[in-house]
Amino acid sequence: MIFEVFRQERKGRPFEHAGSLVAPDAEFAEAWAREQYGRRGESVALWLVPRDAIHDVEGWADEFDMKYRRVDGYSIKARLKEARERTASRIR
Amino acid sequence: MGDEQAFLEYVQSGGQVETADWMPADYRAKLVKFIEMHGNSELMGVLPEREWILRAPTLQRKLALTAKVQDEVGHAQLIYRVVEDLGKPREQSLADLTSGKAKFHNVFHYPTKSWGDVGVIAWLVDAAAIISQKALLKCSYAPYARIMKKICWEESFHILHGRDVILAMVTGTHEQFELVQEALNRWWGPLMQFHGNPIPKDDDPMYRWRIKSQGNEEARQQFLEGYVPQIWELGLTVPDPKLRRSDDGVWEYDEPDWDELKHVVTGHGPQTEERLAFRRRFLEQERWVRDVVLAA
Repeated sequence: MIFEVFRQERKGRPFEHAGSLVAPDAEFAEAWAREQYGRRGESVALWLVPRDAIHDVEGWADEFDMKYRRVDGYSIKARLKEARERTASRIR
Repeated sequence: MGDEQAFLEYVQSGGQVETADWMPADYRAKLVKFIEMHGNSELMGVLPEREWILRAPTLQRKLALTAKVQDEVGHAQLIYRVVEDLGKPREQSLADLTSGKAKFHNVFHYPTKSWGDVGVIAWLVDAAAIISQKALLKCSYAPYARIMKKICWEESFHILHGRDVILAMVTGTHEQFELVQEALNRWWGPLMQFHGNPIPKDDDPMYRWRIKSQGNEEARQQFLEGYVPQIWELGLTVPDPKLRRSDDGVWEYDEPDWDELKHVVTGHGPQTEERLAFRRRFLEQERWVRDVVLAA
């Protein structure tokens, strides 16, 4: 069985894919993952996931520019400058 | 999908590839060859150092050396796993290694004659290796690049351990200093050959596919720039009268012996046969463990 190994470096950090290993079952997988990805204290937790259990999702339709949902969809610099200038002129 | 030219442009512009992605047959074959040789080198690279575990001068050195050997074997395991995902089973890689069909790095074909060798290997051989390995963090094959992060992290401890061994000896007795100098004299040739002949990087298929991200000469220059001043500051002599840093920052050196490199990596090094025989013996002796565990 192939297990994918995800490791967490510190509490609160995301689990990141680190590599994979071959083991006959989860118990052996744990022993080897501890050895390969944790013996120096470089991980506080590991996730071992059988490769077959991974549901792979890839590819997003890109027909529409849907930038209005994202930060980079908003360019406010020029208008902010203008608004500030207007405020300044009104105060005067 | 299936367009080799588009794939080439993709990796050359910094694109990375995952295991399940389509890849040209030549790319896959080059990846297997390159990564397998790296795995072989990790596995064979522990043998020269293993010989010194029982002869280490102090308990602390013995433990550090053991930890380093354990790390390198761990690297071999991670690397063979990547090769396996590309289609070549680990058993096959090991069979090709022990039969002499597959290669491993030139530096692991030489004997270790004194404790000075252990220091030179851990410091300078590992330094040369980490320059290649750091460049692999940008490898176009992402699963390999990812495990390289862990490998580089552990290698940095190895270099420091090696430098510490060297420092202890050069600040010790005259005999200790001479052991380091004598080891450096023997290792300098293989070290200069380590990064390979200076072919233009665009002619190197490993660079073309962005498996490697730098050329051979670039790596060697980086090694010289980083380490020659460190060697000199310890009062050691580099056994190359032509070695100098030119005004434009490029290191000039005596032409490495490329015939020796070719001769050694094709299985004719002074220790090649003995070390392969050792691997064969242990592979056979521990076959039952693999059989039992994998049948569990």
